[in-house]
Formats: sequence, C-alpha cells, structure tokens
Amino acid sequence: MELIVAVSVGALTAAGVYLMLRLRVFPVILGLTLLSYATNVFLFATGRLAVGAPPVLKDGIEIYSDPLPQALVLTAIVISFGMTAVLVLIALGATVEAGTDEVNVPRKEDDK
Amino acid sequence: MNHWIIAPVVLPAMVAPMLAYVMRHDVVLQRVVSLAAALVLSAIAAGLLVTAASGEVQVYRLGDWPAPFGIVLVLDRLSAMLVLLTAVLGVIVLIHASATGWDRKGRHFHALMQFQIMGICGAFLTGDAFNLFVVFEILLIASYGLAIFGGGEARLKAGLQYVIMNLAGSALFLIALGTLYASTGTLNIADLALKLREIPAEEAALVRVAAMLMMIVFAIKAALFPVQFWLPGTYALAPAPVAALFAIMTKVGAYAILRLHTVVFGPDAQAIGALPGDWLMPAAIVTVAIGALGVMGSKRLMPLAAFAALGSTATMMLAVAGFAPLAAGAALYYLVHSTLAAAALFLVADLVLTRRGSDLLAAQPATAQNGLLAALFFGVAIAVAGMPPLSGFLGKLLVLDALKDHDLRVWIWGAVLIGSLLTIVGFARAGSVLFWKSTAPGLEPVPNAPEPMPISPAQAAPSIAVLCLLGLLTVFAGPVMRYTDATAAQLFAPAPYIEAVLENQDGTKDPEDH
Repeated sequence: MELIVAVSVGALTAAGVYLMLRLRVFPVILGLTLLSYATNVFLFATGRLAVGAPPVLKDGIEIYSDPLPQALVLTAIVISFGMTAVLVLIALGATVEAGTDEVNVPRKEDDK
Repeated sequence: MNHWIIAPVVLPAMVAPMLAYVMRHDVVLQRVVSLAAALVLSAIAAGLLVTAASGEVQVYRLGDWPAPFGIVLVLDRLSAMLVLLTAVLGVIVLIHASATGWDRKGRHFHALMQFQIMGICGAFLTGDAFNLFVVFEILLIASYGLAIFGGGEARLKAGLQYVIMNLAGSALFLIALGTLYASTGTLNIADLALKLREIPAEEAALVRVAAMLMMIVFAIKAALFPVQFWLPGTYALAPAPVAALFAIMTKVGAYAILRLHTVVFGPDAQAIGALPGDWLMPAAIVTVAIGALGVMGSKRLMPLAAFAALGSTATMMLAVAGFAPLAAGAALYYLVHSTLAAAALFLVADLVLTRRGSDLLAAQPATAQNGLLAALFFGVAIAVAGMPPLSGFLGKLLVLDALKDHDLRVWIWGAVLIGSLLTIVGFARAGSVLFWKSTAPGLEPVPNAPEPMPISPAQAAPSIAVLCLLGLLTVFAGPVMRYTDATAAQLFAPAPYIEAVLENQDGTKDPEDH
C-alpha cells in the first residue's frame, strides 16, 4: 500500500508541475489542483498508513490511526478549495480583459 | 491569561465582515470605522509592546487547551514589535487610501485591508506551525484581492502570476509541514524545538529536508533569489497604497525564518546545524544585487520602487542569514526601517504618478506643487538608498558591522556598498528626470495629462508622517537598538519561550487568570 500511495503522490505532483509550466490559464489551474491533491494525500500519509483503524478512542481496540493529519487535511482541502475558486475568478477576469489566456504579463508599448 | 494577546487578530476579524456587509454602501462610514479600528489596534499593540518589553513570554491558549494539543498564541518582544509596526503601517496606508480616493476604485477595500492586517498580526503571534500556514492563507487571500484592486489588464495578469506563485508556495508549505509532522509528531513550535533536539544527527535527513523546504517557502514570501520573480511585477502593478502595505508582507517571511530557524531549526540543533544560513546568505547577496540593478534599469517609477523594496528586504535578509544575536538585532532595526521606507516610497510614488498621469521616467511639463513632490521624493530616496541623516544609513552600518566576521564578508560588504551606490544613482536619475528636467522650458505637454490636482494636506500627511517616523527611528536609534538587541537575545535563548508554552499548565483553571 505504501508503494501505491507514494507512486500516486509522485504522479500527481509530476502532472501538476508539468501542467503549471504550460503557462496557460486553464492548464495552470488544473496543475495547481493536482498539486493540492498530491499534497493532501501526502499529508494524509504523514500519520502513517493504517487500514480500518479508528481515529478516536474505543474500548477493546489496540491500533489507532493518527487523527491529527486527518484534521490537517480537512483544513488544507477547505483552504485549497477556496483558493482555487479565487484563482478561477481572477484568471477569468484576466483572460477576458486581455483577450488571451497566457499567464505572462503583456509588455507596455513604451517599454520595448 | 492575558486576553489582549488575541485582540490583534479578533478585532480586524470582527470589523472586516461589518465593513463588507453592513456598511458596504457608505464609503465614508467604512473609512471612519476602518481607521478607528486601525487606531484601536495600534493602541492595543502599543500596550502589548509595553508588557512584552519586560522580557516575559506570554502565552494565550485558545479554548484553554494545553499545549501542544491546542493552538497557542505567543507574545514576546519580537511579535509585539512587529504587531505594532503592522498596526501603525495600517493606519498610515488607510489614511492615504482614503485621502487619495483609492478605496473608491473598487469594492470592499477596507474589508480586505482589515483581513490583511488580521492575517499579518496572526502570523506574528501564532505559536503553532500549522496555524502559521492558516494565517498565511488568510493574509494571502486578502492580498490577492488587494493586489488586483481596481482591475485593469496588466494588474490582473500580474495578480494572476502572484496567486499562482503563492498557491504553489502553499503546497510546498503543506508538504514541509507534513514532513515535519511525520518526523517529530508535533507542530507546536515550542514542542518542535524540543523534539527536534532529540533526533540524532545520523537520522536527521528527513528533518533537514523539512527545514529546507520551510526555508524555501519563507524565502518565496521574503522574495529571495531565485524565487524573487513575483515581487517586482506584483508590487509595481498593485495599487500604490496596497504596495505600501505589502512592504510588511516580505517581512512576514523574514519573521518566519527568524522564528523557526532560531527556535526550532537553530544552529544548536544537531540535526540541522548551520545549513539554513549557508544557503540563505548567498541568496540574499544575489537579491541585493538584483534589487540595485533593477533600480538602475527601471524605466518606470513603480518598478523602480518595487526593486528598491526588493533590495531593502534583501539587505535585511543578509543580517537574518547571519543567524547570530548581534546580526539579528541589526536585522530587526533594519526591518522597521525597511518597512517604513518602502511604504513611504510607494505612497510618494502614488502622489507623483497620479499627478503626472503616467509612471514613465521621462521629462514632461512640471506638475503643480513640483517642489513639494520633489522634496518628498528626495526624503524617501535618502531613506531607501540608506544615506545619512535617515535611519537607512544607521541600519546598513549596523548590518555591515554585525556581519564583519562572516566568512562571506567580502561579498556581503561588496553587495551592500556597491548596491547602495547603484541605488543612489538610480534614484538620483529618476528624481532629476521627474522633477528637475520637467522644469526645463519648451517641453511638449503630454496628451491625456490629468487635470492639475493640488495635494491636500490629508494626502501629503501620511507620506510626511512616515518620513517623520523614520526621523524618530534615527534620533531614538539608541533605545530602539536596545530593544531589538534584547529581542534578538530572547530569540537566541529560546528556553523561556519553550517553558512558557509547555509548562505551568496543569490543566486546572487558575481563578486569578480568568
């Protein structure tokens, strides 16, 4: 299971970074989303992977999973959700204003 | 528990929604309430500074949960000083934005400003690494709104780059936190400091990765080479009063490096050693050079100001990267100077370019009150370039003096001294083109030049006030230095900090405290 999680975090990160480097608005947003998925899975794994183990105290149970990373991931998901929404709006505004979805700043004429 | 410690976070957090929902149709009411809140915050921050000056580390446990299980806010000399600086800067920027009408160019300026102040104060006060991430996101999301305030194609594109850069930075921050938690099992800063010192040097690879990832994240915020690219574009294209407030945002990164890399990843931690300083110092040296060259090469006033701010922050980071008490004391003195000077520069630049109609550095017929604008620009140029009589000169001397025994001293001294010279030349050129050549006879009037606008006292007051503060910082350099040296000493002797957070909490509620 460790291998599957590690490989999927790696694949998500690689895809996210590749898409971010495309420097077009939509791929960049997708890339950042993939990157935040990778981060969330990674955070989840920092409390060590445990299957079927409850995070809260219960009678007669010996093995628990660490509850803190789960709380951290929840916070991270909410924040990245909000941030992605803001990014989409700013990206839409920038694309509509500029008429192009390039991420780079257009140069002013008298700077050339 | 001293409940005032949480006030710098709660007060803006309460005022901002009121501004956004209740008062959204009345800009005058917004200005009054927002400014009043900032003034109250300054008073609270001054009170906190007085209580922190004794050297006692005060801890506020949210929900009275014992650390390290709950989140704590910690008030020591460093956080008190920076909260006060944020509050004062907030007042100045709010007056400028109200007097110049910037806050009318879009919606919710004051609400965003309050959220921004809340995030910055939270970052300075928190004693929990994950909470630091959360308040970073608060200050960032407010800064996204402020950076694109007023709209426009170039500004939106620059804002987009800023958001993308910071979202990638946030992902890195989370990965660093995860790595840190995986290797130590805690995220409370004081607890981290203890747990990290229990890790033997041969098993420290993972912690070292986490420490360096953290440093990269904070270096993005502090705009250090090679992750400084976002700053000139963002600051140059953001509304000028917002750029003035952003002067403290780079300092949040510097603060986080100072806090985490002294208390947690300090030079005495076997697992880390001198690693952060070894990487930070060359990065800061290169950034000083970039800032100076940028000032020389700018064809416009706002990029010039942005590069000057970049170089100024980098000069402070040199002293931070020294990771020694003497250097940290100098860094903190320079931090106050650098924040105020950069803010003043952006405020004056705003006054100049709204009257000229363009921020291009080219001769055009003089504006009304050319003399007043020139005097203000001269003042801020002296401050930013670091010439006597203002505090930049003292600050740079302190930084150079503190680093005179460093292994890279030739590079440090060279970068600062040559960089200062280039900055002076850059500002002299900009000032003479803007104010001097403009008085030459026979200049063609510019098409689309704005109507002559006299500078009202309220518009000039914030810039003059910052210059006066810089003057006071010079005159009272002795007391300020004593405070920053005491702060640095506190920072490099983290035992009382750790003790205050983790001890004296048997779980019973002490009736005297409530």
